[in-house]
Amino acid sequence: MKKIEAIIRPIKLEELKAALNELEVRGMTVYNVMGRGLQKDIKQYYRGQEVSVDLFPKVKIEIVSPDDAVDKIVQRIQEVCRTGQIGDGKIFIYPVENIIRIRTREQGEKAL
Amino acid sequence: MKEKRKIGLILILALLIILISNMPALAAEEILVDSGNTAFIIICSALVLLMTPGLAFFYGGMVRKKNVLSIMMQCIAVMALVSVQWVLLGYTLAFGPDLGSIIGNLNFLGLHGVSIFPSPDYANTIPHYVFVAFQLMFAIITAALISGAFAERMRFSAFVLFVLLWTTLVYDPVAHWVWGGGWLGQLGALDFAGGTVVHISSGVSGLVVALFIGKRLGKDRDVIVPHNLPFTVLGAALLWFGWFGFNAGSALAADGIAGLAFLVTNTCAAAGAISWVATEWIHHGKPTVFGAVSGAVAGLVAITPAAGFVSPLSAVVMGIMVGPICYLFVSRIKKYLGYDDSLDAFGIHGVGGTVGALATGIFASTAVNPAGADGLLFGGLELFGVQVLAVAATYVYAGLITLLLLKVISKVIPLRVSDAEEEVGLDASLHGEDAYAYEDMSVNDRLVGLQS
Repeated sequence: MKKIEAIIRPIKLEELKAALNELEVRGMTVYNVMGRGLQKDIKQYYRGQEVSVDLFPKVKIEIVSPDDAVDKIVQRIQEVCRTGQIGDGKIFIYPVENIIRIRTREQGEKAL
Repeated sequence: MKEKRKIGLILILALLIILISNMPALAAEEILVDSGNTAFIIICSALVLLMTPGLAFFYGGMVRKKNVLSIMMQCIAVMALVSVQWVLLGYTLAFGPDLGSIIGNLNFLGLHGVSIFPSPDYANTIPHYVFVAFQLMFAIITAALISGAFAERMRFSAFVLFVLLWTTLVYDPVAHWVWGGGWLGQLGALDFAGGTVVHISSGVSGLVVALFIGKRLGKDRDVIVPHNLPFTVLGAALLWFGWFGFNAGSALAADGIAGLAFLVTNTCAAAGAISWVATEWIHHGKPTVFGAVSGAVAGLVAITPAAGFVSPLSAVVMGIMVGPICYLFVSRIKKYLGYDDSLDAFGIHGVGGTVGALATGIFASTAVNPAGADGLLFGGLELFGVQVLAVAATYVYAGLITLLLLKVISKVIPLRVSDAEEEVGLDASLHGEDAYAYEDMSVNDRLVGLQS
């Protein structure tokens, strides 16, 4: 099992959810996050006082999936979320040791 | 303990009975109350009062969210404290019979001698009580304006003491100088609704407090931006609305001058918004809503001393002048001089009030209001000189007394909160409340931070 963590543009969330639904991926955890990568700072002015905005709002989406579905999901995320501009985000993939559904005490892929 | 309380209560009751029994017998030669004027000034009083909660939103939006309640609490506290102080002592100091052109005497202590009939000295077509109420609202907003300068770091107990002493020793005398028969009024200084009395006195005092207690922690390191600009817009809207009562009501009658004041108030606010936004648009490439409301307030401040004396066209020119000048102060000069006037109480009210008071000496015209005087533009030299003197006197007096008060208060109570309290935020550390408790999951962490 793998955990897929994708940092994406907030505007892409609904489209991505719909796309993943087609792959029958429903379970996910979504966060509002702030972050920075290659995007340049933005200057804002409050009563003429310069403020440098160097953290940008992003959405982080976490999905845990069986090994054989990972490629499909990652492919799909890229298709939906790529605009070609700086700031499209990143995908991180981690191994997952175990999963436990608290309600039923099921473990492993059964708990997905 | 209970016995002591009983005795105390009885004493207070006895005092009240004595005061009440001393109420004046109805004078034989009653002056007629004008119902139109009275209705108008009662409504204007309510409008002016609304400016202070408006200011709470205007300022509240500009602070970080951990301090929004503290600044709102300061505004509400001023409404409560000054309202009582005014009835007990403030009114008589400002508007009691003149003592040496400096201050009112104590004839109206506890509003003794004030009645439902007009005063022969002030606004003699409306009940004296209504005049007292209208003037009270000015005392409230003035003290509340100062809080913008030292937002996010002043200890509440020190603030309470400061407000009570400041309104008594700065506002009341300065109001007397200009409106209560004091020396500036006698010299012919024109201050229709409070350019010097309200805006310069509060702005300069705010600057002194900001310099005295120092910058906010992390001022030069952290990004400190307004947490809720829509609040600031709401507050500006309430201020603009209430300002009609402030300026038009200062005619103290529902007459042509009130109508003039109403119109030029709106005109100058609008021109101020335009000139501020135009300046920043050229300077940084974007028109901001924060700039629009700041410019509108700067315009309202500038027209305040002039409202009953200048034409609508002059108001346009004044609004166009004040936006860039205040903008320059808050965006450049403040940074250059390095003081932390958190919400620009000086930058908008002190500077805008100065522009307005001086501009009154330029644009005032007896063709507009025969009871006024002619400014530089209409061939009058004397008025401008008196306006400069009034501005200078208010700067010096408000600045010096504020400094003195701070020195005295700081001997009794620390003016600033501790560093730990400031980091946690004044809402939790001083008031034990959180503005956005349910939204903010870190609320418990912040309380833990308080214990360490």
